[in-house]
Amino acid sequence: MSAVHDAIVVGAGPAGMAAAIRLARGGASVLLLDEQAAPGGQIYRGVEANAGDPRLAAILGKDYTHGASLVAALRVSDTILSLSTSVWQLDADGSVWVRGPDGIARHRARHLVLATGALERPVPVPGWTLPGVMTVGAMQILLKTGAALPPGRLVLAGTGPLFYLYAAQALAFGIDPKNLVLLDTAPAMPDPAALLRGPAAIWGEGWRYLAKGLGLMRNLKSAGIGWLRGVTDIAIAGEGRAERVAFRYRGRAGSIAADVVGLHQGVIPHLHAARSLGLAERWDDSQAAFAPVLDAHGRSSLETVHVVGDAAGIAGARAAEHSGRIAALAILDTLGRIAPAARADEMARERKACAAHLAVRPLLEALYRPPAALAAPNDDTIVCRCESVTAGAVRDAVGGGAPGPNQVKAFLRCGMGPCQGRLCGPTVSAIVAAETGQSMAETGHYRIRPPLKPLTLGELAEAAAVARDGPQ
Amino acid sequence: MKCSSFSFEGADIPFRPGESVAAALVAAGVGATRTSPVDATPRAPYCLMGACFECLMVIDGVASTQACLVPAAPGMQVARQPGARVLA
Repeated sequence: MSAVHDAIVVGAGPAGMAAAIRLARGGASVLLLDEQAAPGGQIYRGVEANAGDPRLAAILGKDYTHGASLVAALRVSDTILSLSTSVWQLDADGSVWVRGPDGIARHRARHLVLATGALERPVPVPGWTLPGVMTVGAMQILLKTGAALPPGRLVLAGTGPLFYLYAAQALAFGIDPKNLVLLDTAPAMPDPAALLRGPAAIWGEGWRYLAKGLGLMRNLKSAGIGWLRGVTDIAIAGEGRAERVAFRYRGRAGSIAADVVGLHQGVIPHLHAARSLGLAERWDDSQAAFAPVLDAHGRSSLETVHVVGDAAGIAGARAAEHSGRIAALAILDTLGRIAPAARADEMARERKACAAHLAVRPLLEALYRPPAALAAPNDDTIVCRCESVTAGAVRDAVGGGAPGPNQVKAFLRCGMGPCQGRLCGPTVSAIVAAETGQSMAETGHYRIRPPLKPLTLGELAEAAAVARDGPQ
Repeated sequence: MKCSSFSFEGADIPFRPGESVAAALVAAGVGATRTSPVDATPRAPYCLMGACFECLMVIDGVASTQACLVPAAPGMQVARQPGARVLA
């Protein structure tokens, strides 16, 4: 494609879909890219297909099926949709290199909207690389796309809204309560400092989120599943696959048989694409994650790049929609496709609606803050799964003179495997910060360079041909 | 409802339309889907969303394919990837 689009949106989750729909409605030419085969991102994964499965849709709930209306609106909009399309390079001049069903292509746009969503926070515990250990998000993807539970005894270890939501969904789906055990790392009695955030959390839509959460907790309690709270020192063991989970509870060691282990300690912004563009970031201590530095409309440190949805900071699916529309309005304004008064009006309504969904976040962030131990795995624990690099090796590298994550990467290869540091980055930065005594903001993170996904030499040659001769 | 299947090292793995190869394998309880090129340890899908790269498998003869990004199709031939990709 040699035409220059007004905007390219990367990611077809709620933020990306909402941005694309609004841009298209405003008369902008917009291309929406996603590496999955269907729109919806992860939160609304499979929502189009599941319209034909009312039982599953009921189990997943109204908050999930809401996504179907966004996908439907996307399908009737003038958005050009390119699915099964992986972005492997982004340039500040608005070039977007992809690998799609038709091979390598380069697209161009005046504006880029990064809607790359969230990743599960990595949970490096002993044995986490064993087959049968996965994120709770992965289990939910299995439910959404496979209408299935992983087979056997499920032990969920961790905490956070998705942790409880999935447990409730598994029960609604029909898991035998004896086959579901929660090793909850959140304390039985919340930290009083967290509860101070309670009153502000009721504002806007907050009370609805809290009511839903309390309802989930009630369901779980009445199901009579094994549920231990305040669990620490999770360690997974087995021969060639997960078989047991060891832990500490109320001062004593415990152990439980497991066929599948689901780990979860919240989600963090997926910033791989943003980092490759060198966007300025800040450390958000409440979320315990890096987030891009953005203005009120989501514009980043690069004037033509907006970041929206969970990639901008974890705020949930409904806030993501509003954030997508806010960026779309700002871009339509820059393109001269919206009258100032109309823009100001709609912008104010979207920002108010967005704020209503943000009110509950500080309380959730405090209640489900990951345990400090998560950032300090013991020496033998693998932190870089791709290259099998342990926490101890990272500590030794810092002790041997490596001043930051990029030097540790050069010494040890952590972050050089196929995932390019998506999974080890947060842990390596945390260990380096602890060892050097610097803050997370000072420590920073891996430098990310294209290609964002592995390419074959043949694909690189194809890219060179496209660069030289235009579309093939 | 699972109404088709693909082949995984001789076994028939059922899948639901739209489900990825990796998800279908997890649901079928197959355990390890590859061994690490670094230390030969058994690995299996972790994130099911394209970020972790633990689901690298040989699908229809193409190695190092992220099985969680491939919608399962009838007649697909899927195999574990032992260690690094082999260049023919």
